[in-house]
Amino acid sequence: MYAQMVKSTGEAVKSREEMTPEERRFQDRIDAGEKIEPKDWMPEGYRKTLIRQIAQHAHSEVVGQLPEGNWITRAPTLERKAILLAKVQDEAGHGLYLYCAAETLGVSRDELTERLLDGSMKYSSIFNYPTLTWADIGAVGWLVDGAAIMNQVPLQRTSFGPYSRAMIRICKEESFHQRQGYDIMLKMARGTEAQRRMAQDALNRFWYPALMMFGPSDKDSVHSAQSMAWKIKINTNDELRQKFVDQTVPQAEYLGLTIPDPDLKFNEETGHYDFTQPDWEEFFQVVSGNGPCNAERLEARRRAWEDGAWVREGLLAHAEKRAARSAAE
Amino acid sequence: MDKALFEFCLRMGDNTLILGHRVSEWCGHAPVVEEDIALANTALDLIGQTQLWLGLAGEIEGKGRDADALAFRRDAWEMRSVLLVEQPNGDFGQTLMRQYLFDQWQALMLAALEESAEPRIAAIARKARKEVAYHLERSRGTVVGLGDGTEESHARMQAALDRLYPYVGELFSDDAIDSALAERGIAPLPSSLRPDYDAALAETMAEATLSLPENRWSHSGGRDGSRHSEHLGHILAEMQWLQRAYPDATW
Repeated sequence: MYAQMVKSTGEAVKSREEMTPEERRFQDRIDAGEKIEPKDWMPEGYRKTLIRQIAQHAHSEVVGQLPEGNWITRAPTLERKAILLAKVQDEAGHGLYLYCAAETLGVSRDELTERLLDGSMKYSSIFNYPTLTWADIGAVGWLVDGAAIMNQVPLQRTSFGPYSRAMIRICKEESFHQRQGYDIMLKMARGTEAQRRMAQDALNRFWYPALMMFGPSDKDSVHSAQSMAWKIKINTNDELRQKFVDQTVPQAEYLGLTIPDPDLKFNEETGHYDFTQPDWEEFFQVVSGNGPCNAERLEARRRAWEDGAWVREGLLAHAEKRAARSAAE
Repeated sequence: MDKALFEFCLRMGDNTLILGHRVSEWCGHAPVVEEDIALANTALDLIGQTQLWLGLAGEIEGKGRDADALAFRRDAWEMRSVLLVEQPNGDFGQTLMRQYLFDQWQALMLAALEESAEPRIAAIARKARKEVAYHLERSRGTVVGLGDGTEESHARMQAALDRLYPYVGELFSDDAIDSALAERGIAPLPSSLRPDYDAALAETMAEATLSLPENRWSHSGGRDGSRHSEHLGHILAEMQWLQRAYPDATW
């Protein structure tokens, strides 16, 4: 998943006594593992939190086309080009069905797009980092899709039916994305001296931004507590980050690459790797619009939206003319 | 080496290679997400077809060059793409008009190639034809929709047609290679496809409320490599850069 710091109600989770009878019934359904469907009653906070979270994920898929699209025209072989095209096509598809899932909650895709463009809705911080060499396309697949999967797999069990079903579909494709990324890294890491340098450089630049994808520690966050009670969020950010590090370190070793963290080491007691936290000041700067590519990414999306207005209007006008003609017949 | 057959495969494969490249430039910039998906899908099909055509070209040549070697290690004068596919994307309307003008030709060409006396060509045509049928349905639908949409979309589509129509004729020009292949029953004479193409175009443009330019003068020089557009060099500089900069690497 690509949602970070999704705000919930901002209030502490209500106890059963504080809940209205409706809220209590709703919570019981969630606790029993039932899926909530769009037409079911739901607390306003649940609806709003879900819209924020699903839209942030959808926006991330759409903006995420840009750093990868940056290399489609320069992909080094026809096969790599085809694979990358297929991946980017999948991502746009993920964006589409996530927007559809959000729409079941009573918000339109156009509205969500406008909110992305005016900056009131976010997309994942990771897509504000540049892809500078071909190895970056490998690193994005391996680390970024890897981190996304970490988050998405548990969300297949999320309480909102349309979101859960979207996640199940998305997860299948994401694991292929991660494998193709790792395959690029493998080829680079076992390649020429220059390719090995590109691979290490990509890992150096993407390691900490990948760790940031899970968001800052949320063990004390009221937003996360509420989201977890509603099963919109399944694990804490720290749990997922740890899992990601534990999974990724051996993969880096297999590639013969060095994780850019001198303090990284396996802790026999905990059975996990100890690692250095990313620079959270950098993270907050990126999230608030000051990352290396924020301006370009938003500009690109804004241009696509504005330059495409005549197309959307034209096709709509044509559809209306046709409907009018067939009604007249 | 069967020079005519080799040239023919290059012509087919270079068209799909260059158009696939152009279409892929749209990635992430389309007017709606559905179009992002459709454009990526079209580019993907075209690159897949390129692998088949250039793969066969390499096989016919028999010098150990595979599809990648042909795509990434030839310079502009060795390319055999028509000028139409080298044209810049322009706005979305120009991109879809270019696509329609190409798809309509490609659909007719592939239908004829299914009957080719060369079984490897017939096999590629059979596979590609299904993909192209979908491309054509979509590009034609978009040309009609935008042509017969708002005043602005109509004007933009007419401008796109006027801009691109002078590149259509090259698709139907015959040369010695075409004659040799037609005699052997391998490929149709390009000019033989023109009447059906004209009929289809007339119907589409009427539906789209667009006017076909009267002047049928056509640019040429792409499919025989004698005079490509200035654009091709830039496309290749971008596309081939990694292979050229790191010739000893595999990817």
